[in-house]
Amino acid sequence: MPPTPSAAPPLSRVPDTLGRFGRFGGRYVPETLSAALDQLERAYADAHADPSFTAELDRLLSAFVGRPTPLLFAERLTKHAGGAQIWLKREDLSHTGAHKINNTLGQGLLAMRMGKRRIIAETGAGQHGVATATACARFGLDCVVYMGAEDVRRQSPNVRNMRLMGAEVRPVESGSRTLRDAINEAMRDWMASVETTHYIIGSVVGPHPFPRIVRDFQAVIGRETIEMSRRQFGRLPDTVVACVGGGSNAAGMFYPFVDHPEVRLVGVEAGGRSGKPGDHAASLSFGSPGILHGSLSYVLQDQDGQTADVHSVSAGLDYPGVGPEHSYWRDLGRVEYTSVTDAEALDAFDLVARREGILPALETSHALAWAADEAAKRPADEIIVVCLSGRGDKDAAEIARLRGLAADGGPESGA
Amino acid sequence: MTTTPAGSAGRSPLARLEAVFAAHRAAGRKALAPFVTAGDPDPATSVAVLEAVDRAGASLCELGVPYSDPIADGPVIQSSYTRALASGITLESVFSIARQAADRVTMPILAMASYSLIFRRGIDRFVADAVAAGLTGLVVPDLPLEESDDLDAPCRAAGLALVRLVTPTTPPDRAEAIARKSTGFLYCVSVAGVTGARTELPAGLVDRVKWLRTKTDVPILVGFGISGPAQARAVAEVADGVIVGSALVRLLAEAGQKPRDRLLADIGAAVGDLAAACGPRK
Repeated sequence: MPPTPSAAPPLSRVPDTLGRFGRFGGRYVPETLSAALDQLERAYADAHADPSFTAELDRLLSAFVGRPTPLLFAERLTKHAGGAQIWLKREDLSHTGAHKINNTLGQGLLAMRMGKRRIIAETGAGQHGVATATACARFGLDCVVYMGAEDVRRQSPNVRNMRLMGAEVRPVESGSRTLRDAINEAMRDWMASVETTHYIIGSVVGPHPFPRIVRDFQAVIGRETIEMSRRQFGRLPDTVVACVGGGSNAAGMFYPFVDHPEVRLVGVEAGGRSGKPGDHAASLSFGSPGILHGSLSYVLQDQDGQTADVHSVSAGLDYPGVGPEHSYWRDLGRVEYTSVTDAEALDAFDLVARREGILPALETSHALAWAADEAAKRPADEIIVVCLSGRGDKDAAEIARLRGLAADGGPESGA
Repeated sequence: MTTTPAGSAGRSPLARLEAVFAAHRAAGRKALAPFVTAGDPDPATSVAVLEAVDRAGASLCELGVPYSDPIADGPVIQSSYTRALASGITLESVFSIARQAADRVTMPILAMASYSLIFRRGIDRFVADAVAAGLTGLVVPDLPLEESDDLDAPCRAAGLALVRLVTPTTPPDRAEAIARKSTGFLYCVSVAGVTGARTELPAGLVDRVKWLRTKTDVPILVGFGISGPAQARAVAEVADGVIVGSALVRLLAEAGQKPRDRLLADIGAAVGDLAAACGPRK
């Protein structure tokens, strides 16, 4: 009997062997990096199949990171919104204060399996830089972090923390002096150091196999959320929301949910000052397919393919590209992508600080702004889970500056 | 408007490039391939630079297409791209520079372009525009073998060379596969790293080129890091030619500080010295 036509394969069965998520992804890099990416692909496949690797990573995630992170009912925020229940997946409680550590520990272990003792990384908000410096300190690896000079200024507490853990922070003065330029410089370093150095990319971007590896290491967020949802409210949430810059916390949160079509998934991009080119960093909302940093995905670019200038109040979302799997989910319609402005994100920061006693990262504040707004429109028996991807201590001084407050909360003294 | 320069009617762009290598072999000299950025400091000067490079003895020329995020390039070429883009260079102006130069020079010109730009324009349209601009080939530094089939087919159909790159990190069997696919010539990258002039030739380069020579008949040109005649001479002993980029592009950075005639004379002199290192004058 001929086989009956089966249903479409699950959405989670990507990427293929060439790193394709539908038509997105791939590996568009100089030949110099090809051998290292092949080596990484083999090392990851080998580690993935090795129970001792998973066991060691699990031990670290538990005792070093503090996982599982809680799923918290945001009682006063819910009351304020006056509709659906808002729950927070507390990645901000992870060691180093954000989800980034899930990936850097995994990739750090991979680097050691490949015999590489020098690590490089890029960072925008500094959270990935801190998480990389932390993993390197823990494993005894050399660490160099590239960071746009503008971000060095606006995220100075993280720069200090990286240096305290022995990492070298190299400010990048080229281009827009933000995350995109930091990735360029890290790639250039890697071109010359590839035989002894592993590049721990911080988001689900870059050439294959990075988008897959980072997603897999971050998927612990979504898996825990599913398990805790079942335990704490007996079912899956109606809606899950996360902020999207490169998209690592969102990919890690969404991936375990994509084969549960009853759960609505929403990614929130940086709407910046306005929807005009140069005023935002919302690649999926306003961009077009293009190639940036080694993969095909939605990119903010001009008609020739030159990368556009972008803006966000949040350094971690201030990026003109996005992970290829998000582009895949966008075109399939599996995930909705929307954007929130700088001002709305800052208001959400204030709201969550005052109503929940949590200082959220400015990146996360974008997701919180959308959730609070959406909750108001939904009935009280619906549940919205927000990936609270990171804590906002790093942003406190910059927010005070933007709000015209001195760091102690009083008026600017001018002294 | 004609799409083939005078004197080359009926020959494909690739055939014109191949004819240059054949003539060099017959004359016992090696090819010198300077790299210059299109539109740095401005389109008119770029055309004049290409003419100066041709007069000074270049065998062929790589015309760098400015790109906002060139991860394979060091600070000299990056800055040059940034200057060109800041002055308003577009792909249209790059093709126009190539078209004007192609009508005035004898050397074949290839474009060095990021795949980001080719993909965005549309592969077929980019290839057609390149042929119409009188270009003889493409060098695409961020397009590895696995991703190159989409561009390979239209280039073959249009008779446009698609030059592939091998590097010190390329494993031997992969290098053979890349060499088999390369048309026009094979670009042998001398070092693992970004573009930029270096003072010494990397260890193992000579042996790598000799090994590649046993694996392919396509001409082998060595680039990245070659800064002056002494290095060019050493490389020309084993390879079919040398590519010199940053050492010349550095001169373009001085465009604002000297008269254009002086800039063209300096570039011509530098190319002349390099050409002399490659054997008897063309």
